[in-house]
Amino acid sequence: MTTPSKNDTAPSILDHGLRLRWSVPLLIALVLLPAIATALDEGFYIGVASRILIFALAATSLNLILGFGGMVSFGHAAFVGVGAYTVGILMQDGVDSAWIAWPAAFVLGGLFAFVIGLVSLRTQGVYFIMITLAFAQMLFYLMVSLKAYGGEDGLSLASRSQLGLGLDLADDAQFYYVVLALFVLAFVAIQRLLNARFGHVLQGIRENEVRMAAIGFPVYRYKLVAFTIAGAIAGLAGALLANQGSFVSPSLLQWSQSGMLMIMVILGGVGHLFGGLAGAVAFLLIEEVLVAYTIHWQFGLGAVLLAVVLLAPNGLMSLWRRRARK
Amino acid sequence: MTHPVLLRTDRLVKRFGGLVATDHASLSVATGEIHALIGPNGAGKTTLIHQLSGALAPTSGQIHFDGREITGLPIHERVHLGLVRSYQITSVFKRLSVLDNLALAAQAHDGSSLRFWRPARAERMRYEAAAAVAERVGLGPQMHRIAGALSHGEQRQLEVGLALALRPKLLLLDEPMAGMGPDESERMVALLQSLRGETTMLLVEHDMDAVFRLADRISTLVFGKVIASGTPDEIRENPEVRRAYLGDELDEVSA
Repeated sequence: MTTPSKNDTAPSILDHGLRLRWSVPLLIALVLLPAIATALDEGFYIGVASRILIFALAATSLNLILGFGGMVSFGHAAFVGVGAYTVGILMQDGVDSAWIAWPAAFVLGGLFAFVIGLVSLRTQGVYFIMITLAFAQMLFYLMVSLKAYGGEDGLSLASRSQLGLGLDLADDAQFYYVVLALFVLAFVAIQRLLNARFGHVLQGIRENEVRMAAIGFPVYRYKLVAFTIAGAIAGLAGALLANQGSFVSPSLLQWSQSGMLMIMVILGGVGHLFGGLAGAVAFLLIEEVLVAYTIHWQFGLGAVLLAVVLLAPNGLMSLWRRRARK
Repeated sequence: MTHPVLLRTDRLVKRFGGLVATDHASLSVATGEIHALIGPNGAGKTTLIHQLSGALAPTSGQIHFDGREITGLPIHERVHLGLVRSYQITSVFKRLSVLDNLALAAQAHDGSSLRFWRPARAERMRYEAAAAVAERVGLGPQMHRIAGALSHGEQRQLEVGLALALRPKLLLLDEPMAGMGPDESERMVALLQSLRGETTMLLVEHDMDAVFRLADRISTLVFGKVIASGTPDEIRENPEVRRAYLGDELDEVSA
């Protein structure tokens, strides 16, 4: 009688399964990817895959607040940048341990998000979009002006972070596996969070913020916690991104980067668990393919985005859902 | 122990620029009663409800609830003390099922929601409590339907259910019969009648028939002032109330 989840009308928008039937085969394919790429003598694609997974992590963290919490943040690249600079600056000062730099990137990403959220989350709608953008641009100009850390030119990393455990991150395949492991870990954590009490509150706020306050939830506090978590995960993505390219520059924090993360989320599916992943894969593969033909690849990307918005307004993942229902 | 006077406002004033929406309103609601707040359109009833629930801060004056002053408390703390409101314009979670709506409300009143790992769906007790509220407000058969697909009357029932799931000591009902047909109104009156004794109610309502059937005491608000408080009979006979508001409407009720 009172079994909560399954019902005869529609699947609840509060339930976010891992969809093991196809996510496990996908994971197996991802695990085999380096071996296949090496066998085909296309080792280059291991780096591409790492980059895609890192952006998938950043986009998924943005989707947590944008898609599930209804907070349209236009400054998410700031937290990615904070994470990346944490790795870069520590390495310049001689700290190359991943065990120090990566957690530091995670914590600092969260701390910056907490402070920026503290102010921004007092606003609503378009003001929130503008104020998050403004904070991100402030950080961008701060890094441009800090000559000690490369200023406009950025920082080149002497090496990738040292992880120990007999792993050498300079090896693209090993780095890829570490990225994959962290992505899966963060992804499962977000999936648990969304289906737990906190996730229900977050989605309740997206659905009807006024009512959530009226039934006794301190809405601002919950939004701030979500914003902080998203910033921390973005910080971790930034740490990985700095390692992937062995380079950090202010352009990582620029508004166009925030916009790109947003496009990934919209492309993949706002408020869909797999939206960030699907969006990052689609965006970066389109870029990869089109760049080979033209420097005006963004034109092609624009066309694809337009098609998605017109044909599948809820993102690529909604196409999947629609087909599954038939 | 619940205080015998559950809610008391003390010379409450709310100004919006030059407009005095609440003008030294003093009101008291006794524990256990159904107290109706009536008055013409624009008298400031909803503004008063907003101040009681914490959505608006009064310009001056005090609000006491259950023996303590709550004038400056945020909404969520008032809810935890047992002061809960429902809305004149239905404000439910339209894309969630009736059960999920009520479970979310139940979640607000039972423990922290800073829990990130354990599936919320595993909390059988909470969903059972939500289901019991659904039955209570007459939505048992609609439990698994999406709230947005319910009829207007059913959404109004859910509106009350969302407040009820919080086990309030005082329920602020802002026009629960708004926009309802006669049958739906009748069902709502029966529901509110059935809650008597379970929770105290402050009812803002334009449907005088419903007000005089339900209320133990009535306060009349005109231009932000409480011009009279008393039993339905006293209010019916009060010349000031008749002049300001009731006039013809009352003749219909007594006829």
